[in-house]
Amino acid sequence: MAVKIVFLGPLRDAAGTDSLEVPAPLDWEGLLAAVAPDLAEQLESARVHVACAGEVLADKTALEARDGDEVALLPPVSGG
Amino acid sequence: MATRSRCSLRSAVARLVLERPADVRLLEKGLSVGEALAAFNAAHERAGAIASFLGKVRPGEDVKALELTHYEPLTLPGMEALAEQALERFALDGVLAWHRVGTMQPGEGIVLVAAAARHRRAAFDAVDFLMDHLKSAAWFWKRERRGNHSDGGWHWIEPRDDDHAALARWTGDET
Repeated sequence: MAVKIVFLGPLRDAAGTDSLEVPAPLDWEGLLAAVAPDLAEQLESARVHVACAGEVLADKTALEARDGDEVALLPPVSGG
Repeated sequence: MATRSRCSLRSAVARLVLERPADVRLLEKGLSVGEALAAFNAAHERAGAIASFLGKVRPGEDVKALELTHYEPLTLPGMEALAEQALERFALDGVLAWHRVGTMQPGEGIVLVAAAARHRRAAFDAVDFLMDHLKSAAWFWKRERRGNHSDGGWHWIEPRDDDHAALARWTGDET
């Protein structure tokens, strides 16, 4: 099993893919290391939120993704 | 986005039966306004007022197509939570919030919101509240294809400052 990282909106273009599988467990440092440097830089922006297993994290640096979890990288929404 | 659950995408079908008090849907294609409002009206026969809002892909401005993406684990639950907030906040009989995802052409409907209440003020206010929150706090990402050629570029849409200002109108006595 692994952790699936899902790229949404403009981050999908930046990543060049919809998703990425990485070994579990995955913490914040691991996440930053798993993506390209320019994406890691965007992730550190306060405007990008992170969800794990369907919950948006209040503190994304506290990420603790386990086997089977999906981690979603959420850029600012553009509204419905 | 493969799992089928209560979060599944649904499309409008004939002889609609709406969930009460909140009917919240993500639609992959088509947004049948007349059908939705007729069913909503029938579902809330004791309401004295029904207000509705239809948001459309704005024609002109060189926009050839609009694509809306969502994130299934968050988007529909977020819309459902918003509908619950509206029901708690205003004196309503029910609400409807339908949102398109996928690719749309100018003139097509993107979002339909309706509120049923005993009196008009609650219905108007609830629709306004729902739209302000959907525009700036719902999990949707939008990009437009512009230009006259088939290879015209896609451009991601940034949140607008006035959408955030609109949202701030409602935060005085909550959050």
